[in-house]
Amino acid sequence: MSGAELPVPIPPVAPEAKPFWDGAKSGRLMLPRCPQCSFVIWYPRQFCPECGQAPIDWFEATGLGVIYSFTVVRRGEGAYRDTPQYTLAIVELREGPRVLTNIIDCDAAQLRIGQAVRAVFCDAGESAALLRFRPLSVDDPG
Amino acid sequence: MSGKAVIIGAYEHPGRDLPDRSAAQIHAEVASGALADAGLGRQDVDGYFCNGQLGFGAISLAEYIGLKNLRYTDSTFTGGSSYLCHVGHAALAVASGKCRIALVTQGARVRGIVRGPKLPPDTPEYPFEAPYGETNIGIYALAAQRHMHEYGTTSRQLAEVKAAAAFHAQYNPNALLRKPVTVDEVLASPLVADPLHRLDCCVVTDGGGAVIVTTPEIAAGLKRLSVKVLGHGEAIKHTMSGRVDMTYTAAVWSGPAAFKEASVTPSDIDYASIYDSFTITVLMTLEDLGFCKKGQGGAFAADGALRIGGRLPVNTDGGGLCNNHPGYQGGMVKIIEAVRQLRGEAQPEVQVKNCELALAHGTGGGISRLCSATLVLGRGDA
Repeated sequence: MSGAELPVPIPPVAPEAKPFWDGAKSGRLMLPRCPQCSFVIWYPRQFCPECGQAPIDWFEATGLGVIYSFTVVRRGEGAYRDTPQYTLAIVELREGPRVLTNIIDCDAAQLRIGQAVRAVFCDAGESAALLRFRPLSVDDPG
Repeated sequence: MSGKAVIIGAYEHPGRDLPDRSAAQIHAEVASGALADAGLGRQDVDGYFCNGQLGFGAISLAEYIGLKNLRYTDSTFTGGSSYLCHVGHAALAVASGKCRIALVTQGARVRGIVRGPKLPPDTPEYPFEAPYGETNIGIYALAAQRHMHEYGTTSRQLAEVKAAAAFHAQYNPNALLRKPVTVDEVLASPLVADPLHRLDCCVVTDGGGAVIVTTPEIAAGLKRLSVKVLGHGEAIKHTMSGRVDMTYTAAVWSGPAAFKEASVTPSDIDYASIYDSFTITVLMTLEDLGFCKKGQGGAFAADGALRIGGRLPVNTDGGGLCNNHPGYQGGMVKIIEAVRQLRGEAQPEVQVKNCELALAHGTGGGISRLCSATLVLGRGDA
């Protein structure tokens, strides 16, 4: 299943998360981190939900992670209604957060929990790109 | 609160496919059904509870149904667990004198209608989840996959949850699906989101139900056998700032709270209504409520525990998997089957003998963010 076959719905971009979306647009994974308790926050917001600190800092993450869980959805809804099947997954980023995403450019039958993956960004309109992942390969050992 | 409130009326709409009704009509029909069951009239109701999804909170339906003496209202919305929350809140309200007779209603009309977006785009998590094709079954499939990875749970074990529900449903004349189903038939049904098959999923139905909560003193003057609300617990669990653990639900908190209030333990329970949006929902909930060790839900089910005559008969009406899951919310039906069991009014083939203590549990939302709600109920004359 290649990335090109997947829908790329345009997410609503709120000012609060603009640094994340700007980063994604330029191919960089920008994450919010609490300057007080160092917690790496997901999903992005302008305060720390762990300790209440505001404002927060942004930093560039590695884009590396492992698959926490995955499934092949064979009955999509909404924008995915006409997509025969796609891989929905939760990836645990090296920096800690677990994010809902798609695994692309892969043979779904070969995927496994714990497998290493790298971030890829799929353009979604003028101000955002979707954070998706592809398996690490011999060419890209991470 | 324990024992200071009772359920005195209960009614499940017999319809599963109601194309000629509005959702409001179904609310009104189940209100009449529960009031008739209790031997009460609309004028007696002074507390009203619904999930607030239809019209303006509880106000539109209060007017439509014809409730003129309301002094207490609550339109808590926690998806499928809403109704278990409502009964807990209503029990507290009647026990403290805020109202005397509380009506809880559910009405839904969804069959044949394409389900719209689950969340409005201004929901905070929306931009980070909806664009990836997140579906309710997809999210539960992620939980099932992880549960298999951590505990060795198998598709065959999940399938037994459906097979047990189907075994019970054959005795329920109103169940949407009455045909017995084998484990192999579940496994042979098409995958919807691996590892969940079509037959791992609940039914989609119209309909609903209602219950009436009042004090033991008022119930004593009525003819029907009452059901004591002995314990109630509810809890929200979410992704915890991006560290979601999909192998357990908020039942790990709602269950102990309900058991503690009722002063009982899981081994005391004679019958359990366990929320069954998907087969995995049941296994995880059984573990989280303490009916078996964490990770052992699959073995527990595969052992035949969930069937009538087993260690813990579950969803003897056929559950959401076969009987009824109105409007994608199965909590009300869960309460009503527990009431039937305690009154000795379940279908004879699936009636638990000497049923004195029952549990009803709801799971609302997805498995990544949800509200679990637990009720411990007891036979009124026990």
